[in-house]
Amino acid sequence: MAGSASEYIQHHLQNLTYGKLPAGYERADGTVIEDATWTLAHTAQEASDMGFWAVHVDSLGWAVGLGVLFLFLFRMAAKRATSDQPGGLQNFVEVMVEFVDNSVKETFHGKNKVIAPLALTIFCWIFLMNLMDLVPVDFLPQLFHLMGADYMKVVPTTDVNVTLGMSLSVFFLIIFYSLKVKGVGGFLGELTLHPFSSDNLVLKILLVPVNLLLEGVSLIAKPISLALRLFGNLYAGELIFILIALLPLWAQWTLSVPWAIFHILVITLQAFIFMMLTIVYLSMAHEDSH
Amino acid sequence: MNINLTMIGQAIAFFIFVVFCMKYVWPPIMAALQERQKKIADGLAASDRAARDLELAQEKSAQELREAKQQAAALIEQANKRAAQIVEASKDDARKEGQKLIEQAKAEIEQERNQARDALRAEIAAIAVAGAEKILETSVDASKHNEMLEKLAAEL
Repeated sequence: MAGSASEYIQHHLQNLTYGKLPAGYERADGTVIEDATWTLAHTAQEASDMGFWAVHVDSLGWAVGLGVLFLFLFRMAAKRATSDQPGGLQNFVEVMVEFVDNSVKETFHGKNKVIAPLALTIFCWIFLMNLMDLVPVDFLPQLFHLMGADYMKVVPTTDVNVTLGMSLSVFFLIIFYSLKVKGVGGFLGELTLHPFSSDNLVLKILLVPVNLLLEGVSLIAKPISLALRLFGNLYAGELIFILIALLPLWAQWTLSVPWAIFHILVITLQAFIFMMLTIVYLSMAHEDSH
Repeated sequence: MNINLTMIGQAIAFFIFVVFCMKYVWPPIMAALQERQKKIADGLAASDRAARDLELAQEKSAQELREAKQQAAALIEQANKRAAQIVEASKDDARKEGQKLIEQAKAEIEQERNQARDALRAEIAAIAVAGAEKILETSVDASKHNEMLEKLAAEL
Protein backbone atom coordinates (compact mmCIF):
# COMPACT_ATOMS: atom_id res chain seq x y z
CA MET A 1 0.00 0.00 0.00
CA ALA A 2 1.70 3.15 -1.21
CA GLY A 3 1.25 6.54 0.44
CA SER A 4 -1.02 7.63 3.22
CA ALA A 5 -4.56 6.46 3.74
CA SER A 6 -6.14 9.52 2.15
CA GLU A 7 -3.96 9.15 -0.92
CA TYR A 8 -4.97 5.53 -1.14
CA ILE A 9 -8.63 6.40 -0.95
CA GLN A 10 -8.41 9.21 -3.43
CA HIS A 11 -6.47 7.06 -5.80
CA HIS A 12 -9.17 4.43 -5.66
CA LEU A 13 -11.88 6.98 -6.33
CA GLN A 14 -10.19 8.45 -9.40
CA ASN A 15 -11.32 7.36 -12.83
CA LEU A 16 -8.95 6.59 -15.66
CA THR A 17 -9.67 9.67 -17.75
CA TYR A 18 -8.94 10.30 -21.40
CA GLY A 19 -9.55 13.90 -22.40
CA LYS A 20 -8.43 17.12 -23.95
CA LEU A 21 -5.96 19.32 -22.13
CA PRO A 22 -5.96 22.97 -23.19
CA ALA A 23 -2.98 24.62 -24.89
CA GLY A 24 -0.32 25.95 -22.53
CA TYR A 25 -1.33 23.56 -19.75
CA GLU A 26 1.38 22.61 -17.33
CA ARG A 27 1.19 18.90 -16.60
CA ALA A 28 1.92 17.23 -13.28
CA ASP A 29 5.45 16.31 -14.27
CA GLY A 30 6.24 19.95 -15.13
CA THR A 31 6.05 19.73 -18.92
CA VAL A 32 3.99 22.33 -20.69
CA ILE A 33 1.92 21.30 -23.68
CA GLU A 34 1.82 23.75 -26.56
CA ASP A 35 -1.30 22.63 -28.43
CA ALA A 36 -4.53 21.30 -27.03
CA THR A 37 -4.03 17.54 -26.86
CA TRP A 38 -6.10 14.46 -26.18
CA THR A 39 -4.33 12.34 -23.60
CA LEU A 40 -4.75 10.21 -20.50
CA ALA A 41 -4.79 12.20 -17.28
CA HIS A 42 -1.97 11.36 -14.91
CA THR A 43 -3.42 13.05 -11.84
CA ALA A 44 -6.83 13.88 -10.45
CA GLN A 45 -6.10 17.55 -11.06
CA GLU A 46 -5.43 16.92 -14.74
CA ALA A 47 -8.62 14.90 -15.00
CA SER A 48 -10.73 17.68 -13.55
CA ASP A 49 -8.97 20.30 -15.70
CA MET A 50 -10.02 18.39 -18.78
CA GLY A 51 -13.54 19.61 -18.07
CA PHE A 52 -16.45 18.21 -20.04
CA TRP A 53 -14.38 16.95 -22.97
CA ALA A 54 -13.13 13.85 -21.26
CA VAL A 55 -14.13 10.24 -21.08
CA HIS A 56 -13.81 7.91 -18.14
CA VAL A 57 -12.26 5.03 -20.02
CA ASP A 58 -12.59 2.60 -17.12
CA SER A 59 -16.26 3.30 -16.35
CA LEU A 60 -17.28 3.20 -19.96
CA GLY A 61 -15.12 0.19 -20.70
CA TRP A 62 -16.45 -1.88 -17.83
CA ALA A 63 -20.00 -0.73 -18.49
CA VAL A 64 -19.90 -1.61 -22.16
CA GLY A 65 -18.06 -4.85 -21.45
CA LEU A 66 -20.65 -5.93 -18.89
CA GLY A 67 -23.49 -4.85 -21.15
CA VAL A 68 -22.03 -6.92 -23.96
CA LEU A 69 -21.62 -9.86 -21.58
CA PHE A 70 -25.28 -9.60 -20.58
CA LEU A 71 -26.48 -9.36 -24.16
CA PHE A 72 -24.17 -12.16 -25.26
CA LEU A 73 -25.51 -14.53 -22.61
CA PHE A 74 -29.11 -13.63 -23.25
CA ARG A 75 -28.70 -13.69 -27.00
CA MET A 76 -27.19 -17.14 -26.78
CA ALA A 77 -30.15 -18.33 -24.74
CA ALA A 78 -32.56 -16.59 -27.10
CA LYS A 79 -31.03 -18.26 -30.14
CA ARG A 80 -31.30 -21.68 -28.61
CA ALA A 81 -34.66 -20.95 -27.00
CA THR A 82 -36.92 -23.94 -27.27
CA SER A 83 -40.41 -24.55 -26.07
CA ASP A 84 -39.41 -28.07 -25.01
CA GLN A 85 -37.25 -28.78 -21.99
CA PRO A 86 -35.08 -25.72 -21.39
CA GLY A 87 -31.43 -26.07 -20.48
CA GLY A 88 -29.69 -24.40 -17.55
CA LEU A 89 -28.90 -21.10 -19.23
CA GLN A 90 -32.31 -20.86 -20.81
CA ASN A 91 -33.92 -21.60 -17.48
CA PHE A 92 -32.04 -18.78 -15.85
CA VAL A 93 -32.78 -16.36 -18.68
CA GLU A 94 -36.43 -17.34 -18.65
CA VAL A 95 -36.66 -16.70 -14.93
CA MET A 96 -35.19 -13.24 -15.43
CA VAL A 97 -37.42 -12.48 -18.39
CA GLU A 98 -40.54 -13.65 -16.61
CA PHE A 99 -39.65 -11.73 -13.48
CA VAL A 100 -39.19 -8.52 -15.48
CA ASP A 101 -42.25 -9.22 -17.58
CA ASN A 102 -44.40 -9.68 -14.48
CA SER A 103 -43.04 -6.50 -12.92
CA VAL A 104 -43.86 -4.60 -16.10
CA LYS A 105 -47.33 -6.11 -16.41
CA GLU A 106 -48.19 -5.29 -12.82
CA THR A 107 -47.30 -1.64 -13.24
CA PHE A 108 -47.70 -0.77 -16.87
CA HIS A 109 -51.04 -1.47 -18.48
CA GLY A 110 -50.64 0.16 -21.87
CA LYS A 111 -49.21 -1.37 -24.98
CA ASN A 112 -45.56 -0.65 -25.53
CA LYS A 113 -42.99 -2.99 -26.93
CA VAL A 114 -40.06 -0.99 -25.63
CA ILE A 115 -40.68 -0.98 -21.90
CA ALA A 116 -40.21 -4.65 -21.07
CA PRO A 117 -36.88 -5.10 -22.94
CA LEU A 118 -35.81 -1.73 -21.57
CA ALA A 119 -36.55 -2.87 -18.04
CA LEU A 120 -34.73 -6.15 -18.60
CA THR A 121 -31.67 -4.34 -19.93
CA ILE A 122 -31.70 -1.89 -17.03
CA PHE A 123 -32.05 -4.59 -14.40
CA CYS A 124 -29.44 -6.98 -15.73
CA TRP A 125 -26.95 -4.35 -16.78
CA ILE A 126 -27.10 -2.39 -13.54
CA PHE A 127 -26.96 -5.62 -11.58
CA LEU A 128 -23.78 -6.67 -13.37
CA MET A 129 -22.22 -3.23 -12.96
CA ASN A 130 -23.08 -3.23 -9.26
CA LEU A 131 -21.74 -6.74 -8.95
CA MET A 132 -18.26 -5.47 -9.76
CA ASP A 133 -18.41 -3.96 -6.31
CA LEU A 134 -17.93 -7.43 -4.83
CA VAL A 135 -14.61 -7.93 -6.58
CA PRO A 136 -11.95 -7.14 -3.95
CA VAL A 137 -11.16 -3.44 -4.23
CA ASP A 138 -7.46 -3.79 -4.97
CA PHE A 139 -7.61 -6.78 -7.23
CA LEU A 140 -8.45 -5.30 -10.60
CA PRO A 141 -6.77 -1.88 -10.06
CA GLN A 142 -3.52 -3.64 -9.16
CA LEU A 143 -3.81 -5.85 -12.23
CA PHE A 144 -4.26 -2.82 -14.45
CA HIS A 145 -1.52 -0.98 -12.64
CA LEU A 146 0.84 -3.73 -13.68
CA MET A 147 -0.35 -3.23 -17.25
CA GLY A 148 0.42 0.48 -17.03
CA ALA A 149 -2.89 2.11 -16.20
CA ASP A 150 -2.58 4.75 -13.47
CA TYR A 151 -6.16 4.56 -12.34
CA MET A 152 -8.83 1.92 -12.57
CA LYS A 153 -12.28 2.20 -11.09
CA VAL A 154 -14.04 -1.05 -11.82
CA VAL A 155 -17.57 -0.33 -10.63
CA PRO A 156 -19.22 1.77 -13.34
CA THR A 157 -22.22 2.64 -11.17
CA THR A 158 -19.95 4.46 -8.71
CA ASP A 159 -19.40 6.96 -11.51
CA VAL A 160 -22.13 9.59 -11.52
CA ASN A 161 -21.71 10.00 -15.28
CA VAL A 162 -22.82 6.44 -15.86
CA THR A 163 -25.91 6.68 -13.68
CA LEU A 164 -26.77 10.09 -15.09
CA GLY A 165 -26.31 8.80 -18.62
CA MET A 166 -28.88 6.11 -17.97
CA SER A 167 -31.32 8.24 -16.02
CA LEU A 168 -31.23 11.01 -18.62
CA SER A 169 -31.99 8.43 -21.30
CA VAL A 170 -34.97 7.38 -19.23
CA PHE A 171 -35.89 11.05 -18.84
CA PHE A 172 -35.89 11.52 -22.60
CA LEU A 173 -38.08 8.48 -22.95
CA ILE A 174 -40.48 10.01 -20.39
CA ILE A 175 -40.66 13.23 -22.39
CA PHE A 176 -40.94 11.34 -25.67
CA TYR A 177 -43.82 9.13 -24.56
CA SER A 178 -45.57 11.99 -22.77
CA LEU A 179 -45.56 13.97 -26.01
CA LYS A 180 -46.48 10.93 -28.08
CA VAL A 181 -49.38 9.80 -25.93
CA LYS A 182 -50.77 13.11 -24.73
CA GLY A 183 -49.64 15.42 -27.48
CA VAL A 184 -47.86 18.71 -26.94
CA GLY A 185 -51.00 20.37 -25.58
CA GLY A 186 -51.78 17.51 -23.24
CA PHE A 187 -48.27 17.42 -21.86
CA LEU A 188 -48.15 21.18 -21.35
CA GLY A 189 -51.58 21.03 -19.77
CA GLU A 190 -50.38 18.39 -17.37
CA LEU A 191 -47.46 20.61 -16.43
CA THR A 192 -49.46 23.80 -15.98
CA LEU A 193 -53.06 22.95 -14.96
CA HIS A 194 -52.28 20.48 -12.27
CA PRO A 195 -52.37 19.95 -9.29
CA PHE A 196 -54.11 23.30 -8.60
CA SER A 197 -56.95 24.05 -10.94
CA SER A 198 -59.94 26.30 -10.89
CA ASP A 199 -63.09 26.85 -12.90
CA ASN A 200 -62.41 30.55 -12.89
CA LEU A 201 -60.33 31.39 -15.97
CA VAL A 202 -58.38 34.22 -14.38
CA LEU A 203 -57.56 32.15 -11.35
CA LYS A 204 -56.59 29.34 -13.63
CA ILE A 205 -54.09 31.51 -15.45
CA LEU A 206 -52.76 32.81 -12.17
CA LEU A 207 -52.18 29.26 -11.00
CA VAL A 208 -50.16 28.32 -14.10
CA PRO A 209 -46.76 29.45 -12.79
CA VAL A 210 -47.34 27.71 -9.47
CA ASN A 211 -48.28 24.48 -11.18
CA LEU A 212 -45.43 24.77 -13.65
CA LEU A 213 -42.97 25.21 -10.81
CA LEU A 214 -44.32 22.21 -8.90
CA GLU A 215 -44.66 19.90 -11.84
CA GLY A 216 -41.41 21.07 -13.41
CA VAL A 217 -39.49 20.33 -10.25
CA SER A 218 -41.09 16.92 -9.87
CA LEU A 219 -40.34 16.15 -13.50
CA ILE A 220 -36.70 17.19 -13.28
CA ALA A 221 -36.33 15.44 -9.96
CA LYS A 222 -37.10 12.11 -11.59
CA PRO A 223 -33.84 11.59 -13.52
CA ILE A 224 -31.76 13.30 -10.85
CA SER A 225 -33.08 11.15 -8.03
CA LEU A 226 -32.85 8.06 -10.19
CA ALA A 227 -29.19 8.70 -10.96
CA LEU A 228 -28.13 9.90 -7.52
CA ARG A 229 -29.86 7.10 -5.64
CA LEU A 230 -27.95 4.46 -7.54
CA PHE A 231 -24.72 6.40 -7.54
CA GLY A 232 -24.92 7.24 -3.84
CA ASN A 233 -25.61 3.69 -2.71
CA LEU A 234 -22.84 2.17 -4.75
CA TYR A 235 -20.35 4.95 -4.09
CA ALA A 236 -20.89 4.63 -0.36
CA GLY A 237 -20.61 0.86 -0.55
CA GLU A 238 -17.39 1.09 -2.54
CA LEU A 239 -16.00 3.65 -0.11
CA ILE A 240 -16.63 1.35 2.80
CA PHE A 241 -14.88 -1.50 1.01
CA ILE A 242 -11.92 0.84 0.46
CA LEU A 243 -11.91 1.83 4.12
CA ILE A 244 -12.01 -1.80 5.17
CA ALA A 245 -9.07 -2.42 2.85
CA LEU A 246 -7.09 0.02 4.97
CA LEU A 247 -7.31 -2.31 7.97
CA PRO A 248 -4.52 -4.76 8.65
CA LEU A 249 -4.82 -7.80 6.42
CA TRP A 250 -5.73 -10.28 9.18
CA ALA A 251 -8.68 -8.11 10.33
CA GLN A 252 -10.17 -7.25 6.97
CA TRP A 253 -12.37 -10.28 6.57
CA THR A 254 -14.21 -9.60 9.84
CA LEU A 255 -15.74 -6.52 8.25
CA SER A 256 -15.52 -7.10 4.53
CA VAL A 257 -17.35 -10.42 4.59
CA PRO A 258 -20.45 -9.14 6.44
CA TRP A 259 -20.44 -5.98 4.37
CA ALA A 260 -20.13 -7.95 1.14
CA ILE A 261 -23.00 -10.21 2.15
CA PHE A 262 -25.11 -7.20 3.01
CA HIS A 263 -24.03 -5.59 -0.21
CA ILE A 264 -25.45 -8.44 -2.28
CA LEU A 265 -28.83 -7.18 -1.10
CA VAL A 266 -27.98 -3.57 -1.96
CA ILE A 267 -26.74 -4.51 -5.40
CA THR A 268 -29.89 -6.39 -6.32
CA LEU A 269 -32.18 -3.91 -4.65
CA GLN A 270 -30.68 -0.90 -6.40
CA ALA A 271 -30.90 -2.58 -9.79
CA PHE A 272 -34.50 -3.49 -9.05
CA ILE A 273 -35.38 0.02 -7.84
CA PHE A 274 -33.90 1.62 -10.95
CA MET A 275 -35.91 -0.76 -13.11
CA MET A 276 -39.16 -0.37 -11.16
CA LEU A 277 -38.96 3.43 -11.10
CA THR A 278 -38.28 3.50 -14.82
CA ILE A 279 -41.39 1.40 -15.40
CA VAL A 280 -43.44 3.58 -13.06
CA TYR A 281 -42.26 6.81 -14.66
CA LEU A 282 -42.94 5.52 -18.14
CA SER A 283 -46.35 4.22 -17.17
CA MET A 284 -47.13 7.67 -15.72
CA ALA A 285 -46.05 9.14 -19.03
CA HIS A 286 -48.55 6.89 -20.76
CA GLU A 287 -51.48 7.69 -18.52
CA ASP A 288 -53.72 10.38 -19.82
CA SER A 289 -55.45 11.20 -16.58
CA HIS A 290 -56.28 14.87 -17.02
CA MET B 1 -16.42 13.49 -9.64
CA ASN B 2 -16.46 15.29 -12.96
CA ILE B 3 -19.42 15.45 -15.27
CA ASN B 4 -18.10 14.77 -18.73
CA LEU B 5 -18.57 12.96 -22.02
CA THR B 6 -18.78 9.63 -20.22
CA MET B 7 -22.42 10.46 -19.60
CA ILE B 8 -23.16 10.75 -23.31
CA GLY B 9 -21.14 7.64 -24.07
CA GLN B 10 -23.10 5.73 -21.46
CA ALA B 11 -26.39 7.01 -22.88
CA ILE B 12 -25.40 5.89 -26.37
CA ALA B 13 -24.32 2.46 -25.12
CA PHE B 14 -27.57 2.22 -23.18
CA PHE B 15 -29.60 3.05 -26.27
CA ILE B 16 -27.77 0.45 -28.37
CA PHE B 17 -28.15 -2.24 -25.72
CA VAL B 18 -31.85 -1.58 -25.31
CA VAL B 19 -32.43 -1.73 -29.05
CA PHE B 20 -30.44 -4.95 -29.32
CA CYS B 21 -32.34 -6.47 -26.41
CA MET B 22 -35.65 -5.41 -27.93
CA LYS B 23 -34.84 -6.83 -31.35
CA TYR B 24 -32.82 -9.96 -30.71
CA VAL B 25 -33.27 -11.07 -27.10
CA TRP B 26 -36.79 -10.39 -25.90
CA PRO B 27 -38.90 -11.69 -28.82
CA PRO B 28 -37.37 -15.19 -29.16
CA ILE B 29 -37.47 -15.82 -25.42
CA MET B 30 -41.03 -14.57 -25.13
CA ALA B 31 -42.03 -16.66 -28.13
CA ALA B 32 -40.51 -19.77 -26.56
CA LEU B 33 -42.26 -19.04 -23.27
CA GLN B 34 -45.62 -18.54 -24.90
CA GLU B 35 -45.22 -21.61 -27.06
CA ARG B 36 -44.43 -23.72 -24.04
CA GLN B 37 -47.43 -22.26 -22.23
CA LYS B 38 -49.61 -23.26 -25.16
CA LYS B 39 -48.09 -26.74 -25.27
CA ILE B 40 -48.77 -27.30 -21.61
CA ALA B 41 -52.31 -26.01 -21.96
CA ASP B 42 -52.87 -28.32 -24.94
CA GLY B 43 -51.43 -31.25 -23.03
CA LEU B 44 -53.72 -30.61 -20.09
CA ALA B 45 -56.72 -30.31 -22.37
CA ALA B 46 -55.78 -33.57 -24.09
CA SER B 47 -55.49 -35.39 -20.77
CA ASP B 48 -58.88 -34.00 -19.74
CA ARG B 49 -60.33 -35.25 -22.97
CA ALA B 50 -58.73 -38.66 -22.50
CA ALA B 51 -60.15 -38.92 -18.99
CA ARG B 52 -63.58 -38.06 -20.31
CA ASP B 53 -63.22 -40.61 -23.10
CA LEU B 54 -62.23 -43.25 -20.59
CA GLU B 55 -65.26 -42.48 -18.49
CA LEU B 56 -67.51 -42.73 -21.52
CA ALA B 57 -65.93 -46.02 -22.54
CA GLN B 58 -66.40 -47.41 -19.05
CA GLU B 59 -70.01 -46.37 -19.06
CA LYS B 60 -70.52 -47.96 -22.45
CA SER B 61 -68.87 -51.20 -21.47
CA ALA B 62 -70.98 -51.36 -18.31
CA GLN B 63 -74.10 -50.86 -20.35
CA GLU B 64 -73.11 -53.53 -22.84
CA LEU B 65 -72.40 -55.90 -20.03
CA ARG B 66 -75.85 -55.19 -18.62
CA GLU B 67 -77.47 -55.81 -21.99
CA ALA B 68 -75.56 -59.04 -22.45
CA LYS B 69 -76.70 -60.20 -19.05
CA GLN B 70 -80.28 -59.39 -19.93
CA GLN B 71 -79.98 -61.26 -23.19
CA ALA B 72 -78.50 -64.26 -21.47
CA ALA B 73 -81.30 -64.24 -18.92
CA ALA B 74 -83.88 -64.05 -21.71
CA LEU B 75 -82.22 -66.95 -23.52
CA ILE B 76 -82.17 -69.08 -20.42
CA GLU B 77 -85.80 -68.36 -19.74
CA GLN B 78 -86.69 -69.22 -23.30
CA ALA B 79 -84.75 -72.47 -23.06
CA ASN B 80 -86.45 -73.33 -19.82
CA LYS B 81 -89.84 -72.68 -21.33
CA ARG B 82 -88.97 -74.72 -24.35
CA ALA B 83 -87.76 -77.58 -22.17
CA ALA B 84 -90.94 -77.45 -20.15
CA GLN B 85 -92.92 -77.54 -23.36
CA ILE B 86 -91.00 -80.55 -24.59
CA VAL B 87 -91.48 -82.38 -21.31
CA GLU B 88 -95.18 -81.58 -21.38
CA ALA B 89 -95.49 -82.72 -24.96
CA SER B 90 -93.68 -85.97 -24.29
CA LYS B 91 -95.85 -86.57 -21.22
CA ASP B 92 -98.89 -86.07 -23.43
CA ASP B 93 -97.53 -88.46 -26.00
CA ALA B 94 -96.79 -91.05 -23.40
CA ARG B 95 -100.22 -90.71 -21.94
CA LYS B 96 -101.82 -91.10 -25.35
CA GLU B 97 -99.65 -94.08 -26.12
CA GLY B 98 -100.60 -95.70 -22.81
CA GLN B 99 -104.25 -95.00 -23.48
CA LYS B 100 -103.93 -96.55 -26.89
CA LEU B 101 -102.21 -99.61 -25.43
CA ILE B 102 -104.87 -99.93 -22.79
CA GLU B 103 -107.60 -99.64 -25.34
CA GLN B 104 -105.90 -102.19 -27.53
CA ALA B 105 -105.59 -104.59 -24.63
CA LYS B 106 -109.21 -104.03 -23.71
CA ALA B 107 -110.25 -104.70 -27.28
CA GLU B 108 -108.21 -107.87 -27.28
CA ILE B 109 -109.73 -108.98 -24.01
CA GLU B 110 -113.17 -108.27 -25.36
CA GLN B 111 -112.40 -110.19 -28.45
CA GLU B 112 -111.14 -113.17 -26.49
CA ARG B 113 -114.10 -113.02 -24.20
CA ASN B 114 -116.38 -112.99 -27.19
CA GLN B 115 -114.56 -115.94 -28.66
CA ALA B 116 -114.72 -117.78 -25.40
CA ARG B 117 -118.36 -116.93 -25.11
CA ASP B 118 -118.99 -118.10 -28.62
CA ALA B 119 -117.17 -121.34 -27.91
CA LEU B 120 -119.02 -121.68 -24.66
CA ARG B 121 -122.28 -120.94 -26.45
CA ALA B 122 -121.55 -123.63 -28.95
CA GLU B 123 -120.79 -126.10 -26.27
CA ILE B 124 -123.58 -125.15 -23.90
CA ALA B 125 -126.26 -126.34 -26.32
CA ALA B 126 -124.71 -129.72 -26.45
CA ILE B 127 -124.26 -129.78 -22.68
CA ALA B 128 -127.80 -128.63 -22.14
CA VAL B 129 -129.17 -131.19 -24.54
CA ALA B 130 -127.11 -133.93 -22.90
CA GLY B 131 -128.29 -132.70 -19.49
CA ALA B 132 -131.88 -132.66 -20.59
CA GLU B 133 -131.55 -136.07 -22.16
CA LYS B 134 -130.26 -137.36 -18.84
CA ILE B 135 -133.09 -135.67 -17.00
CA LEU B 136 -135.78 -136.81 -19.34
CA GLU B 137 -134.07 -139.96 -20.04
CA THR B 138 -135.22 -139.50 -23.44
CA SER B 139 -133.63 -138.35 -26.50
CA VAL B 140 -134.52 -134.99 -27.34
CA ASP B 141 -134.94 -134.17 -30.83
CA ALA B 142 -132.31 -131.61 -31.31
CA SER B 143 -133.76 -130.30 -34.37
CA LYS B 144 -137.25 -130.01 -32.69
CA HIS B 145 -135.97 -128.11 -29.82
CA ASN B 146 -133.28 -126.28 -31.67
CA GLU B 147 -135.18 -123.07 -31.58
CA MET B 148 -135.55 -123.22 -27.82
CA LEU B 149 -131.92 -124.19 -27.41
CA GLU B 150 -130.76 -121.28 -29.50
CA LYS B 151 -132.91 -118.97 -27.39
CA LEU B 152 -131.17 -120.39 -24.32
CA ALA B 153 -127.76 -119.98 -25.84
CA ALA B 154 -128.51 -116.37 -26.74
CA GLU B 155 -129.43 -115.70 -23.11
CA LEU B 156 -125.94 -116.72 -22.00
